[in-house]
Amino acid sequence: MLHTVNKSPFDRNSLDSCLRLAKKGSAILLIEDGVIAAMSGTAESSKLEGALADHSVFVLGPDLQARGLDASKLIEGISVVDYGGFVDLTVEHGTVQSWL
Amino acid sequence: MADTELEIEGVMKTFTFMNRKAPYGTIYALEVLETVLITAAFEQHANIVFVDDGVYQIKKGHDTGAINMKNFSPTFGIVEMEKEDADEDEDMDMVWRIIVEKESMEARGLTKDDFKLDVEILTSAELADVLDASDCIISG
Repeated sequence: MLHTVNKSPFDRNSLDSCLRLAKKGSAILLIEDGVIAAMSGTAESSKLEGALADHSVFVLGPDLQARGLDASKLIEGISVVDYGGFVDLTVEHGTVQSWL
Repeated sequence: MADTELEIEGVMKTFTFMNRKAPYGTIYALEVLETVLITAAFEQHANIVFVDDGVYQIKKGHDTGAINMKNFSPTFGIVEMEKEDADEDEDMDMVWRIIVEKESMEARGLTKDDFKLDVEILTSAELADVLDASDCIISG
């Protein structure tokens, strides 16, 4: 199963709910404002740092670039994907839950 | 136009509807509810789930008269009727569940008695299994 999160953790509880309800082993893809959660050194970083033990976490590169966010400052263990990678993840994981 | 027969027999999937937004402030709640009603026509398995502020959608006592909006909470009665039909009809291999996440309910100081529908209360771990077993998830 693939979970997508498109809201900033500073603005909404979408990431919190995703982490509460995602089964161990499911994948998480951060898109749109959700990419903000992937940055290291923020007040919200610890949430995804803790989740990396149970989930593979991906972030959509074009959304990082659009916001001027530096891919070298991502939380260690998070992988950047492009739109093709987004498609591959949905195919690979079957069911998608969008945390809006 | 040629006569065609709608052939849906044999295709059963589990649809989960994730309601995470409070009613009236945004259009999400009403849009998901309309999708649930459309799905009813196709006789598929369905989980109607209320998480986060979505639990307020089925709070008893909505009265929207003073905000000039339609109170759509009575429409949830149709969802409950559909569930009862699924439960009672032995010829129909269809399961409908109406679920509230325990953690979301308790965080808002609500209890099972606050809801206008007869709901199952599941923990987040139990609900995670329900989501994982779904074929399709409609989110709002």
